[in-house]
Amino acid sequence: MSDDAEKSQQFQIRIRDLHKSFGEHHVLRGIDLDIERGKINIVIGGSGQGKSVLMKHLMGLLKPDQGHIYVDGEDIVSLGEYELNPIRRKFGMLFQYAALFDSLTVEENVGFPLFEHTRKHSAEVRTEVKKRLDALGLAGTEKKYPAELSGGMRKRVGLARALILKPEILLYDEPTTGLDPVATKNVDDMIRDISKETGVTSVVISHDMASTFRIADRISMLYEGKIVVSGSPDEVLRSSHEMVRMFIEMSGAIRIQDGSVAPPVAPS
Amino acid sequence: MESARSRIWQHTVRAVDRLWMTPVHIVELVGDHLTLLGRAAFWLFKRPFRTRVYLEAMEFIGVESVGIVAMIGAFVGMVFALQLTSALRQFGTESYVGATLGIALTRELAPVFTSIVVAARAGAGMATELGSMRITEQIDALSTMAVSPVQYLVTPRVVAGILMVPLLCMLFNCVGLCGGYGVAVYLQNVDRGVFVENARAVVEYREILQGLIKATIFGGALTLISCQQGYNASGGAKGVGIGTTRAVVGSFVTILVLDYFLTDVILFLQRK
Ligand SMILES: Nc1ncnc2c1ncn2[C@@H]1O[C@H](COP(=O)(O)OP(=O)(O)OP(=O)(O)O)[C@@H](O)[C@H]1O
Ligand SMILES: [Mg+2]
Repeated sequence: MSDDAEKSQQFQIRIRDLHKSFGEHHVLRGIDLDIERGKINIVIGGSGQGKSVLMKHLMGLLKPDQGHIYVDGEDIVSLGEYELNPIRRKFGMLFQYAALFDSLTVEENVGFPLFEHTRKHSAEVRTEVKKRLDALGLAGTEKKYPAELSGGMRKRVGLARALILKPEILLYDEPTTGLDPVATKNVDDMIRDISKETGVTSVVISHDMASTFRIADRISMLYEGKIVVSGSPDEVLRSSHEMVRMFIEMSGAIRIQDGSVAPPVAPS
Repeated sequence: MESARSRIWQHTVRAVDRLWMTPVHIVELVGDHLTLLGRAAFWLFKRPFRTRVYLEAMEFIGVESVGIVAMIGAFVGMVFALQLTSALRQFGTESYVGATLGIALTRELAPVFTSIVVAARAGAGMATELGSMRITEQIDALSTMAVSPVQYLVTPRVVAGILMVPLLCMLFNCVGLCGGYGVAVYLQNVDRGVFVENARAVVEYREILQGLIKATIFGGALTLISCQQGYNASGGAKGVGIGTTRAVVGSFVTILVLDYFLTDVILFLQRK
């Protein structure tokens, strides 16, 4: 478990030998994963493989049975809620099903972190929220309640809420699942733009291979409770691991041309 | 032979297990509640203090219960006065209606009925609300925004219960006494002066205090139980439903069981 300064410069989050069971069900079976600072790190894997469970561990929402998670060199596993809160301030998280507060309007949802953690007045909060919503194509939804929005819109509201405090690390749990192809492309572009503009460390969970290869700096695959491959998109494409190959080929996102593979959409 | 014996053995083991499980479950359950109470108390003294959240909880538990508590208070006082006059008249002691009604209301009926009404109304509502927040990950979302969900959701509700239920209990006392007075004096022709005089002589400061102490404790207990059931809900919409049922039934049972022991303790202390 070497945490020498040089390496933790490159890697903001380091997970070592993480185990988690729910009753008899051993979901995570020794995860080792490094999250690169300022890059887009994508975790792929089949449904029910434990991707969401893994992501919840990164913020201390679930406690592992065994293992360590270092965020900027600090092990968060042993921390109580009170000590965790300052570390959680570094994160923004987009939940798979958005997890908006359904008793609050869109505006109140997105402004919630500002009210909690800054001393801004409601007028300031409102303008800031409006700016975020406009940028995400949600203008005019301020006074609506989450129940009145479509799934895709809810997700974008969740994203606005995750972004509003300008976190250092952004966790996205399947940001594009359930979106149409155009919206998917928009969200992909946005993840990349945010990453470029703010230098935020992004962790994205996905099983959309086309988007993954469009935006990833680093891809890791979760399979049977372990990370089986981790590396740059090229390295992953060249991986000989059977499950990785199958996942890439079955997804249909990659054309196989006379033994070599190439993503269908040229990474721009 | 062999299989029959092993089957009997298995049955015995299972029966013993089940017998054991009941006390183990109860201890676990009480432990879970006390843990949540401890966390709620811990966060009570941490910044920030969200006045608005507290006021909302008080409004939901207190203000919005005023109507139903008043109505039930009036009818409980009325029916009690009716029964008492009919029963005491047989001994020619209907002059004691005021005193008996006063004692019964302030010591027992008001705190117990008020708490049960609040548990059914607000307790069920809180368990459902927190339960659906749990299963739709809204509670996790609070955590990710570095807001303690216990501090934000549980502490204000328990505090509101502790503050509002005694106030509602006072309201119950007033409305119940007025209702009883109306029935006894105007419908049953009990002498007005005797009713008031006897009630005044018997219902002292400490009778009311006894009721208020109980109401305070019941208020804390029912909100804690409802929050715990909602906060730890799991298993989708069905799980939320189960949590709500448990919150209400658990609150009722706890209120009535606690009532006996509290009465015992308070009477013992007041005798000295
Ligand atoms: N709170 C929980 N209690 C019990 N089991 C759980 C819990 N959370 C997750 N699991 C189990 O852990 C496994 C992994 O779940 P997880 O939600 O992480 O899958 P996933 O990889 O995110 O899948 P998807 O792509 O469908 O979202 C599942 O089999 C699930 O049943
Ligand atoms: Mg998931």
